[in-house]
This record gives sequence, structure tokens and C-alpha cells, in this order.
Amino acid sequence: MEERIGVFVCHCGTNIAGVVDVKRVAEELADYPGVAYSTDYTYMCSDPGQNLVKDAIKKHNLTGVIVAACSPTLHEATFRRAGMTAGMNQYQVEIANIREQCSWVHQGDKEAATSKAIRTIKVMIEKARLDEALEPISVPMTPRALVVGGGIAGIQAALDVANAGHEVILVEKSASIGGHMAQLSETFPTLDCSQCIMTPKMVEVAQHPKIRLMTYSEVDDVSGYVGNFKVKIRKKAAYVNRDVCTGCGLCVEKCPAKTPSEFDEQLADRKAIYTPFPQAVPNKPVLDAEHCTYFLKDGKCGICAKVCPLDCIDYEQKDEFIEEEVGAIIVATGYDLYPIENLGEYGGGKYADVITSLQFERMLSASGPTGGEVLRPSDGEVPSEVVFLTCCGSRDTENHLPYCSKICCMYLTKHAMLYRHKVHDGQAYVFYMDVRTGGKGYEEFYTRAAEEDDVLYIRGKVSKIFEEDGRVMVWGVDTLSGRKIEIAADMAVLGLATVPNEAAAKLASMLKIHTDEWGFLSEAHPKLRPVESLTPGFYLAGSAQGPKDIPESVAQASAAASKVAALFAETEYHREPVIAVIDEDTCAGCRVCISVCPYDAAEFDDEKKVARIKEAICEGCGACIAACPSGSAQQKNLTDEQLYKMVSAALEV
Amino acid sequence: MRLRLTAGMVKDEAIDRVETLSGQSILACYQCGRCSAGCPVVEEMDIIPSEVIRLLQLGQIDEVLSSKTIWTCASCLQCASRCPKGVEFSSICDALRAIVLRIRLATPKVDADGLTKVMMSDAPQMGVVGALRKLNG
Ligand SMILES: Cc1cc2nc3c(=O)[nH]c(=O)nc-3n(C[C@H](O)[C@H](O)[C@H](O)COP(=O)(O)OP(=O)(O)OC[C@H]3O[C@@H](n4cnc5c(N)ncnc54)[C@H](O)[C@@H]3O)c2cc1C
Ligand code: SF4
Ligand code: SF4
Ligand code: SF4
Ligand code: SF4
Repeated sequence: MEERIGVFVCHCGTNIAGVVDVKRVAEELADYPGVAYSTDYTYMCSDPGQNLVKDAIKKHNLTGVIVAACSPTLHEATFRRAGMTAGMNQYQVEIANIREQCSWVHQGDKEAATSKAIRTIKVMIEKARLDEALEPISVPMTPRALVVGGGIAGIQAALDVANAGHEVILVEKSASIGGHMAQLSETFPTLDCSQCIMTPKMVEVAQHPKIRLMTYSEVDDVSGYVGNFKVKIRKKAAYVNRDVCTGCGLCVEKCPAKTPSEFDEQLADRKAIYTPFPQAVPNKPVLDAEHCTYFLKDGKCGICAKVCPLDCIDYEQKDEFIEEEVGAIIVATGYDLYPIENLGEYGGGKYADVITSLQFERMLSASGPTGGEVLRPSDGEVPSEVVFLTCCGSRDTENHLPYCSKICCMYLTKHAMLYRHKVHDGQAYVFYMDVRTGGKGYEEFYTRAAEEDDVLYIRGKVSKIFEEDGRVMVWGVDTLSGRKIEIAADMAVLGLATVPNEAAAKLASMLKIHTDEWGFLSEAHPKLRPVESLTPGFYLAGSAQGPKDIPESVAQASAAASKVAALFAETEYHREPVIAVIDEDTCAGCRVCISVCPYDAAEFDDEKKVARIKEAICEGCGACIAACPSGSAQQKNLTDEQLYKMVSAALEV
Repeated sequence: MRLRLTAGMVKDEAIDRVETLSGQSILACYQCGRCSAGCPVVEEMDIIPSEVIRLLQLGQIDEVLSSKTIWTCASCLQCASRCPKGVEFSSICDALRAIVLRIRLATPKVDADGLTKVMMSDAPQMGVVGALRKLNG
């Protein structure tokens, strides 16, 4: 069939027309072989512009459309939709980018910009000539979500997906859900008690008929693709039959073995058999074999088994593996603090009275190791002067991490304030470089700390901390007055940088989702697609994606959940068909494609001894196509033949 | 030399007094520098207004009391009208001057009891009152 191609040259106001001679472009292309219609218009993306395209398609019975306008990332979808409504196959509508690639970059040379625009359009005409009519690929959808990580982000995401009517499996690696928020005392900027606002949500998760909560569990393997993931979950041996256990706590009470509590940030001990904190959900213990006398000393002890009234203790329990199918995965694996030992200049990990921000948080907590009193770890005395240090490990391109951890300015302000509320005649100093208070009510909160609680903010980064006469000597400078400052403090609290959870990197590589160089999960687009991963079917929630406070974590979790709910609204999932295809007749079965595919989309057909592309997984990245030595792998609508013609048009040969 | 900060310095009595006399909150200032930037006589000052406040925040009142700045301030209220935190530096200056005057005048220059009838009748009444007020703290 003789192709009949329409060319639509957009002015984009003066964005394109100010540089490119759009009239000349439209006129010259009218004479190009295969072009049945060519015109220009001020705003092609406007309603009248789109109607112009639609009418021309019908009137001239077009077989291909080239819209010469801005980048395809902006309006490719717009014009494909317009083409469809006019009865064309959407994959025969192409964009020639003459704005970003012509008018914007060649503003000083109108002639060059115009001739480049003409050639750019010719390239796309050559492509369009051979474009096949394609249909989006449909894959069936399993409307069940997996949420990994049971911090506030995971909790919120699970609840929102479940409340939208879909099943959720929530996997949390520790014995209880809650994450770091469960450790916090009161929360900025309103100072409401963290536990009080969080426990109802935790209980709701446990009781929700649509949520299957799996604590003390980890995801071991994930295969498949969006809509059809197969996940293998490992339920770690808790040595307690948690289905029968009522959480009476007798075993915990009688257990003789102790180890520092992770939940209390090493400020207190827990037993070998333990529930991490009183409000834990589920409120049932797990037995940590690494610290249990029974396991360490060949069966000596066994007290818990003896005291348990329901015979729940089972020293023979093994890890259990559960396989499930899910359609979408929300990753909410959270954060950790940068190790305090990395701040040697502050005596981190060396001086008892130089502590982490989470340790201070536990001290402030009414249910914490000190019952809510601020006490120096070294001698249990109430400190009368406390120094808070911001940016510990953050914003330091030379020695630590380059990014701003975002939450520390605010939580240290909260710490200084709460310390003053507990120790009325105490003095709080905050060393800072900038006080970053970007959030609703945050600046007011900081102002309150300075004005009402007499917190002295000193502008400068502390250079070193050393011990002298039982106090921690802090050396800094006040760059506002140029004075060198020395404070003999009772205690120093380090606002340590936020880093991704240790287990997250391992998980991300198993899930094949991207992370940034620091290990935070990467979003598909920093502005426009902030809650999804580049790999379809994966969504991001909370501080696993980057430092975040609670409101932001919750907002992102709800956003991710709504994306999942939208995905589940269809019984089938539609994917772009612009993917690889392998010619079985010429494929030599060398398997190069299988080795290069970053998505595991190429597989081997053992019977036919050829490679095959799994349509539902292939992202159309082109890696296999470039690698295939026999040229059997081709990209749909970007075949070698098309590329050859396009390059020839570009080079005018 | 390192300045050793202590709890007492941040809110010491002298600073409290400046706050009471001026009606201003010293810790409210967030050091934006706008007062100094707009002051018409800042060229003549040895310590710029915002730094005066910073030194007070750090408890360094002696340094401030001996500065030229507090006598240079023309009380034009430019600083007060522009401060985004509602701090009136001009009032702080008033307070600082009053404190200096009171220190200087701790020993009375005029012996009130020793004033003779003749002096009282010869000198203008306003002058006597003024002398007692200005020369006796
Ligand atoms: C000292 C301090 C004070 C703070 N104070 C405030 C405040 O006052 N107000 C405020 O808004 N914010 C505050 N924050 C920030 C707040 O803690 C976070 O915003 C919030 O906890 C983030 O929640 P999250 O769910 O993203 O991550 P997390 O709380 O870290 O939860 C992640 C969860 O995922 C689990 N997990 C990790 N990896 C895996 C895996 N591979 N498999 C299964 N589970 C996994 C973890 O065990 C954890 O339960 C503070 C932070 C600190 C450090
Ligand atoms: S066996 Fe003994 S040490 Fe181990 S958890 Fe039970 S009581 Fe504790
Ligand atoms: S939030 Fe504040 S303390 Fe934390 S890294 Fe950023 S600037 Fe530093
Ligand atoms: S195009 Fe990319 S994603 Fe698709 S099979 Fe080839 S290598 Fe894999
Ligand atoms: S203008 Fe106000 S806030 Fe700014 S430095 Fe002066 S007194 Fe402080």
C-alpha cells in the first residue's frame, strides 16, 4: 500500500516558530515522497490543533502521522490518543522533536535550526513508513499487594490498599510492626505522643480482614512481572508457636538470658525471648537463638518451655517458606542512622555521654529505659547542659555523605525543647549550619524553641569533642560573631545522618529495582513519578526512598497505595508493545540475549533451541538487540531496516 | 581565645535586665542582619547592630557596653521598623545606654542634701531637677 503520511508542524507559540521557519518546513515536506498532507499551526496540542490532526487523518485517509513539536515525553500520548479517536493505530503516530532538539538549542542560527527540523521530520517519516500497527500487550492481573516493611509507611500503604478492597500481605522483618516511629517519644511539630497516634493504626493492620500480617518474616525471592509476581516469603523460626501464644509474657519474665535491646537502642537489656516493646503488634514473643542459653549451651535452661502454660515453645521450629502471588509490590523498608562510630572526631561510640539521636529519643519516651527522664548514660545524673549537633555525617562531601538528611534539624529542635520541658533550668545548645524547617508549622516550632525554651542556636559545625573532668568538651565556633566557642557539657546528642536500612540494598538487588548511589530506592521520575520504581509493578513508600519525616512518609505511602488501587482497577494490565522480538528461524540459540537482558525477559526454549522474549516483562531497552550476533532480535517499530533508513535520512545519503 | 559558654551566660542577670528595660526578647533575633543593613549610621559603629544582639545572646554584655555603637545609634527606628522578628534594636540601645549611665552614675555627682538655699533660689528650678536626674543615677 502506498503510504499517506501527514506532517503537522507546531509553532509552540514562539518557542519553535521564533527560531525555526515553520512555514518553510511545512512547505518543503509537502513535496517529500509519501507525504499526503503537510501543515503548520500555532499550538498543535490545543483542542483546535488536535482537531486539525484528527480531521486531516480522516480527510486524507492517512497511514502515518508525524507531529513535529516538543519532546515525546510531553505530548506523545496526547497525539497518539488523538490519532486513535480518528481511527488510526496509535503506534503509527510519531513525534519529531523540533523544540528541545532544534529551536531551543540552536537559537542563534535560524537557518541551521530550520534545516535540522526538516531533516528530523524526514527521519521520522522514514520510521513511520515501516511502522506496524501494534496493540498494547495485555497481561492478567492478580489484585493482591505485597508490602515490604512495617514502619509507618508500610502500615499506611497496607491499610489504604486494603481499604480500597484488595488483599494485602504485609511482611516485616522484626518481631513487631511499627518501625522507627514506635521508638519516638513525641513528634514534631505538634508534640503528640508517637505511640498514641500510631498504636491504633498498628491494631487496625492486625485486625483488618484483608491484611495478612507476617512479622519476623522476610522476602526471599521474587519472580514474574507486574500483575503476576511470585514471591517466596521466609517466616523465620521464632521458636514460639505464635498462633497459639496469647502473649502472657511468663516466658519473658522468667528467661535468665539478657542482651542489649535493639528497640531501646542499647540503653537497656531485653531477654533472649522477647516482645520488642509493650505495645508490639503482634504482642507475642520471639526467641532469639543467638542469645538463648538453651541454644548456646546445648539444651541447658529450657525455662521458657517449662513455664509456658500453652506449650508454645518449640526449640525444633524451622524457618517456614510461603509462596504467594501478588500483582504489585510496595517497598517501605525505611531508614537507619549513620553509624555513630563513623564520627570519631566526636568520640562517637567511645564516650558514653555522646549519644545518638534515637538513644535520646528513647530517653525522652515515657516507656523508655529511663522512664522518660533525661539521664547521663555515664552516671545516671540529670545533665544541666546538653549540646545537640546537626549534620553529623550529612552535608559532608569529603568525609561522609553529601546529602541533607532533612529530618535532623527538626528532631534536634524537638529534642532541645523536650529536654528543657523536663529539665527546667537546663541549657540546650544547638550547633547548626542552616536550620532547615521546610514543613507546615515547622518554622514556628523552631522559633518557639529559641524564644520560649531559650535554646541557644550557635552557627557552626563542631570540630571536636573530647572528655575532660567527666564532662564532654565541645569545641566549635560561632561564625555569626566570629567567636571560638567551648562548652563543657554533660551530654552531647548527635543528629546522625539518615541512611537506607541495611537490609534494603540486598532486597533492592533481589527485586531488581534501582537505587541511588547511597542505596535509597530510585523513583521513576524525580518530579512526576515520585512514588513508583522504574520497574513496573514496584512502588516506593517512606524513608526507603530518601530521608523523610512522618507526614511525608504517610503521604507517599497513601500515594503508592492509590497507584496500586488504580492498577488493580483493571483486570488486565496493558503494556507498551514496543519491545524486542526474536526471529525463531534465524536465532542460533547462542543465548547472548539472555545474558545481557537486565530484566530477565529473554528465556530459552529448550525444545526449539531458540531464545524467546517474554512479552509481559520486556521493557524494550534494546540491550539484546544490540548484542544479538545474528540480528535475530529486533525491536518492534524500530527494526534494523527502519534504523538504517532513519540514519540515511539524517545524513541525507 | 576560646569563649567558654555556660548555662548562666545565655540568660544571665545582665541580659535579663536588658530585656526588661527594652521590652525586647534577645533570643528572638535570628541574625538576618537587616537592622545593620538599613541603619543610616552603621558606618560610624564599631560593632554592627545585629552583632551587638549576637554578643548579647552569647552573654557578652561587657563588650557591648563598652562599644561606640550604643552612643552612635540615632534612634531613628529604621532597624525596628524593618526587623522581621519584631525586635527593636533601637530600644535595646536605649536600654544599654541606660545601663551604662547608671553604672557611671553609681556615685551621685550632686549632693542633694548639701544644696544651699541660695543655690536653690538662684538656679532655675528646671536646672536643679535636671541635674539631679541626669547626674545622679
Ligand atoms: C531521632 C529521630 C526523631 C524523629 N522524630 C520525628 C518527629 O518528631 N516527627 C516526624 O515526623 N518524624 C520524626 N522522625 C522521622 C521518622 O522516624 C520517620 O519519618 C519514619 O519512621 C519513617 O517511616 P518508614 O516507615 O519510612 O521507615 P521505618 O520506620 O524505618 O520502618 C521501616 C520498617 O521496615 C522494616 N524492614 C526493613 N527492611 C526490611 C526487609 N528487607 N524486609 C521486611 N521488613 C523490612 C523495618 O524493620 C521497619 O520496621 C524522627 C527520626 C529520628 C531518627
Ligand atoms: S530457653 Fe532459657 S534462655 Fe532461652 S529463651 Fe527460654 S528461658 Fe530464655
Ligand atoms: S536536616 Fe538539618 S541537620 Fe539534618 S542534614 Fe539537613 S541541614 Fe543538617
Ligand atoms: S529489549 Fe531489553 S528488556 Fe527486552 S528482552 Fe531485550 S534486553 Fe530484555
Ligand atoms: S533585623 Fe531583627 S532579626 Fe534581623 S538581625 Fe536585626 S534584630 Fe535580628
